[in-house]
Amino acid sequence: MTDSKYFTTTKKGEIFELKAELNSDKKEKKKEAVKKVIASMTVGKDVSALFPDVVNCMQTDNLELKKLVYLYLMNYAKSQPDMAIMAVNTFVKDCEDPNPLIRALAVRTMGCIRVDKITEYLCEPLRKCLKDEDPYVRKTAAVCVAKLHDINAQLVEDQGFLDTLKDLISDSNPMVVANAVAALSEIAESHPNSNLLDLNPQTINKLLTALNECTEWGQIFILDCLANYTPRDDRESQSICERVTPRLSHANSAVVLSAVKVLMKFMEMLPKDLDYYGTLLKKLAPPLVTLLSAEPELQYVALRNINLIVQKRPEILKHEMKVFFVKYNDPIYVKLEKLDIMIRLASQANIAQVLAELKEYATEVDVDFVRKAVRAIGRCAIKVEQSAERCVSTLLDLIQTKVNYVVQEAIVVIKDIFRKYPNKYESVIATLCENLDSLDEPEARAAMIWIVGEYAERIDNADELLESFLEGFHDESTQVQLQLLTAIVKLFLKKPTETQELVQQVLSLATQDSDNPDLRDRGYIYWRLLSTDPVAAKEVVLAEKPLISEETDLIEPTLLDELICHIGTLASVYHKPPSAFVEGGRGVQHKRLPARAGSGESAESPDVGQAVSAVSDAPPAVIPSQGDLLGDLLNLDLAPPTSNVPPVPSSMQMGAMDLLGGGLDSLMGDESETSASHYRTEVQSPQPPECSERELGGDVGGSPAMGVSLGGAPVGMPAGLGAAPAVGGGLGDLFDLGGGVGVTAGSYIPPKTVWLPAMKAKGLEISGTFARRSGVIHMDLSFTNKAMSVMTDFAIQFNKNSFGLAPAGPLQVLTPLSPNQTVDVSLPLSTTGPVMKMEPLNNLQVAVKNNIDVFYFSCQYPISLLFVEDGKMDRQVFLATWKDIPSENEAQFQIKDCHLNSDAASNKLQGSNIFTVAKRTVDTQDMLYQSVKLTNGIWMLAELRIQTGNPNSTDLEVGVIFLSGLNSNLPSSRRRTSWHALLSAPHHLSLTTQSVF
Amino acid sequence: MIGGLFIYNHKGEVLISRVYRDDIGRNAVDAFRVNVIHARQQVRSPVTNIARTSFFHVKRSNIWLAAVTKQNVNAAMVFEFLYKMCDVMTAYFGKISEENIKNNFVLIYELLDEILDFGYPQNSETGALKTFITQQGIKSQLQTKEEQSQITSQVTGQIGWRREGIKYRRNELFLDVLESVNLLMSPQGQVLSAHVSGRVVMKSYLSGMPECKFGMNDKIVIDKQGKGGTTDEAGKSSGKQSIAIDDCTFHQCVRLSKFDSERSISFIPPDGEYELMRYRTTKDIILPFRVIPLVREVGRTKLEVKVVIKSNFKPSLLAQKIEVRIPTPLNTSGVQVICMKGKAKYKASENAIVWKIKRMAGMKESQISAEIELLPTNDKKKWARPPISMNFEVPFAPSGLKVRYLKVFEPKLNYSDHDVIKWVRYIGRSGIYETRC
Repeated sequence: MTDSKYFTTTKKGEIFELKAELNSDKKEKKKEAVKKVIASMTVGKDVSALFPDVVNCMQTDNLELKKLVYLYLMNYAKSQPDMAIMAVNTFVKDCEDPNPLIRALAVRTMGCIRVDKITEYLCEPLRKCLKDEDPYVRKTAAVCVAKLHDINAQLVEDQGFLDTLKDLISDSNPMVVANAVAALSEIAESHPNSNLLDLNPQTINKLLTALNECTEWGQIFILDCLANYTPRDDRESQSICERVTPRLSHANSAVVLSAVKVLMKFMEMLPKDLDYYGTLLKKLAPPLVTLLSAEPELQYVALRNINLIVQKRPEILKHEMKVFFVKYNDPIYVKLEKLDIMIRLASQANIAQVLAELKEYATEVDVDFVRKAVRAIGRCAIKVEQSAERCVSTLLDLIQTKVNYVVQEAIVVIKDIFRKYPNKYESVIATLCENLDSLDEPEARAAMIWIVGEYAERIDNADELLESFLEGFHDESTQVQLQLLTAIVKLFLKKPTETQELVQQVLSLATQDSDNPDLRDRGYIYWRLLSTDPVAAKEVVLAEKPLISEETDLIEPTLLDELICHIGTLASVYHKPPSAFVEGGRGVQHKRLPARAGSGESAESPDVGQAVSAVSDAPPAVIPSQGDLLGDLLNLDLAPPTSNVPPVPSSMQMGAMDLLGGGLDSLMGDESETSASHYRTEVQSPQPPECSERELGGDVGGSPAMGVSLGGAPVGMPAGLGAAPAVGGGLGDLFDLGGGVGVTAGSYIPPKTVWLPAMKAKGLEISGTFARRSGVIHMDLSFTNKAMSVMTDFAIQFNKNSFGLAPAGPLQVLTPLSPNQTVDVSLPLSTTGPVMKMEPLNNLQVAVKNNIDVFYFSCQYPISLLFVEDGKMDRQVFLATWKDIPSENEAQFQIKDCHLNSDAASNKLQGSNIFTVAKRTVDTQDMLYQSVKLTNGIWMLAELRIQTGNPNSTDLEVGVIFLSGLNSNLPSSRRRTSWHALLSAPHHLSLTTQSVF
Repeated sequence: MIGGLFIYNHKGEVLISRVYRDDIGRNAVDAFRVNVIHARQQVRSPVTNIARTSFFHVKRSNIWLAAVTKQNVNAAMVFEFLYKMCDVMTAYFGKISEENIKNNFVLIYELLDEILDFGYPQNSETGALKTFITQQGIKSQLQTKEEQSQITSQVTGQIGWRREGIKYRRNELFLDVLESVNLLMSPQGQVLSAHVSGRVVMKSYLSGMPECKFGMNDKIVIDKQGKGGTTDEAGKSSGKQSIAIDDCTFHQCVRLSKFDSERSISFIPPDGEYELMRYRTTKDIILPFRVIPLVREVGRTKLEVKVVIKSNFKPSLLAQKIEVRIPTPLNTSGVQVICMKGKAKYKASENAIVWKIKRMAGMKESQISAEIELLPTNDKKKWARPPISMNFEVPFAPSGLKVRYLKVFEPKLNYSDHDVIKWVRYIGRSGIYETRC
């Protein structure tokens, strides 16, 4: 039989001919014709015109022909819904056929026909088939419920099919169970909150029994379903693990990976001191290694998953380095993945072997692979200190090969090695300089220039080298230009006498001849810095840089945990959460690892994991993007090798503050940008780190002062920018009732919130709040040591901020802070520090240092902190000022559900230094006129309207707050600002304040 | 789950297209062709995401099989399924080629309808499939009711791989222990990595539903027995020869929970040929050959290569199909070869000297030397020196694995373990057997 002939008909009038053949009396001819139709359909021709003729062939006892017709129906029914009805009768009839194969075929096909009218007819046959005596029919019907649900979910629920499906989990036939589980899992995904897959110990037991008996595919469905279950305690967890481990010997890799997923997840719950925990760890390694002998495509899937597993539990594969050695004829995608894992597993014990391998790879053909191998050598040097020397000499050998891209890659990594081990390998600079001419990639050129600039004092002809780059300054990429500018300024600061001309040349190139704002800005800053205060310039530009840390491009811990729950699936291949690539809501709910039960918590690190590398338990310091800016300001370089988060490119922080902000990172003499782009390719879709902003948003957004400063700021932003709803928040807090109504309860103090989670700070957790006590601003902090080692040498520093907040004294932490100990500290603050506008205005960026590292976080203070005690304005002045304020400086908003009368409100607000200047009653409204003075001398005036007449509603009806800056006392702040706040009126505001009131 | 399955020829023309889910449209067919098949560069990943649609592909000769989905599917399962699909097609019509696929497209559609339902893989054992997907256009009424229920219970049942009522006049079974030995050796003769991946392939022609038990010289089992049997001499001697298996996987007929608890391998085998188990060992591997390379660069236009191979097994055994492949630089202009044994040829198209020896006994040594003339080039890049690779076949298992027994019990029929004729064969082949030079 040569069916291929059906593919070759391309004559005109073909449809017409086919039509005739389909209506032929001869069965053979009919069948031939249907085959031709299917062949045309396959290659994409539209044969829908033949619909009635093909459907006519449906009534046949020839199973093969019937299947072909069904195939046609599935493809075209949707485009011909009315005609499709013609087929219903046959389907219904087939569902009653004595042959189970035909019954199943009918119900299977019917579910694939997405025509509403047909689905109605499907219900009765489906109900019968779900209870059919033959398991083959039942297993087909189970899947059909999922199909029907996809077409019409409501219908499925109404018809009670879901319950029938649940019953099938207890079916005697394992394949029926497996298909029912698959169907239920799929349906449950589209109803994330329904308790459809009601997993309890009894059903779990049924599933585990079926697991032993069903097909390989069924085992996958069941294991994937099991992975969604959260055991009640560690004992249940262990018993499930025990029954799942035999699957690790299955020949089907997907079964193995799904079993690994279940085990990895349930292991979280086992106490680490349990013997079984260790046994399980040991059992996991061999099957993972075996996956590498599968076909290359599966190897790829396995390797992507192993990459996750190694990050989560490095102890599992720590001895298996060799199996990840690259084979000469591995496909490139396997090679690249293996290389990644090799670096992750590299340790002091195996570094010699790894290096030898990497050196081999660096001579391969594939450019990407070679580059990655060279970079890997650099990463080994940074990771395993003992090997640094060997790595450097290997890199030098590679540079000697003069292969262009190898040399360039090597120079880029050597720069990082210099950052990690300063003053150790500078002897190689001479060799590097020899290759200056061959560098044609911006990244490599920038790296080389950085090296020349950084070590200018040791390179005799540094000025000549840099000068040679300067010739083609305008043809260079921005990255190189910026770097060159910085390097020459460094050179000048180190050798001022000989290089004056050079520095002037580069400054004029950067400031006058360049169109690039980044470059210009940087040029100007250097210029001013150098001309006003060379000593300060030196301090800034030649500041000492912190060492870069060892682990690079780790996946952010929360994402990693989520991906562990998705082992084996596409998410684990892409290293992205499903929401990143799946459309709609289906199956994208976030999965979490279960929490460890019992006492395992404190035993975070002292186990095998620690021995391998720091990755094991100490969560890597993933620096929030906000920290970048901050770090730069504190003369700390956070060169991105330490971080997963691509640094905010300086262009994003453009605007007035860029002069001081974003631009500065590069002024420090470090090109975070260069190395950033360098690593960016490997960054695995960083999830935006939880910003403290979001958590604190409620009470913080409400800074009335926001409007103040915005209105008067030279940037000229509109006054109302301070987001009215949020503003109410701040005020609302002030109304906090706490105990009794009308009692002056002192100023509002928000509860302590966690500012720096332990996960992001190597075990140090900081929570805190702000308070104003007897005229002094305090920052109340709690330090908790959640790491295993003692912490000492605490210090704190603030970034410049809107109101010049700065610590009034050193941080008094009772040290040493031993593990699991918490200490409360109250840090008095002054408002005399340097000022810089922040966004949001009340944002405060803080750096805390201890013996382990420096950590950054940002928090927001309630603006009421800044209301001073002498804020009561004279009535006459108030009146005059009020009239003076232009209306664009006003803001109004409302606060609802405020059960206060005017006196109580007045008392309450006075506690926070908001003073009532006058009170007036008009009809049913009380009007309070209030004044507030901020620490920086800015005044705010307010009108507060409170509805009193309506006894049913104690809501604050309307309130207006006017705020105004006075220019009389303080010539420095020539700001005229006003603020309008309307309290109450039941709509508009949805705030955190509601709970406070 | 899998939303659709397409098969293309090397030009990217669609041979088979089966859509299972509504979210996959005809444009997906074209997307894969344009972005993967017609893409200029080498395939960088077997999984491709185009416009939020994921494509999994495998290639068999010049045929592309692609599975498409828009959901977060189990990626390992999709690939396993694609391989299985290839196996099933091969079992039905032989080699996967454009011609065969076109010739059997009706059959393929029928198979796809059966083994994938709404994107969920269903029973894909060829043994079971062949009972009811026959391409004979079976008339439904011709089957008896009994036959029908037998088919369905087999397709869905616990023993989906075997049907009842099989009868042979002669009960016979063949066991092949097939091993591939892999080696990566440094030029100095240091073993960088070595492992054996082995398979036990069984051909069974047994009547009824026989219960089988397979035993080998697994270290864990032998040690256990050694402890039980105290000073049993046989236990001692076999204990010496036991091997440590790193990991093994089994055909789905093997009862995994029993292996997990007792480490015994028991099963009811499928009829005919199938792969019973796969295993991997890394300890105490017998490396059948050792390659000693010596490469010397004489000036810029000449290379001298000398390679010695030594066979390292019992002198009574013979290795066959020995082939040594010595890579040469791309700018080779001419090669002179002298070898003691076999034939050696420079193959310019493959950039290698290929040295073939038909047979070689154990504990022997042979040598080849070559002079390679090079064209002067101004290419700065050094020659990468790919490793010297070797192929061979030896009549023993390099891992040291021995089959100790295969017992057959069939309680219902009247034949016993002794009546079964059993054959065992060991073949060791080279996997990736490379020595760097």
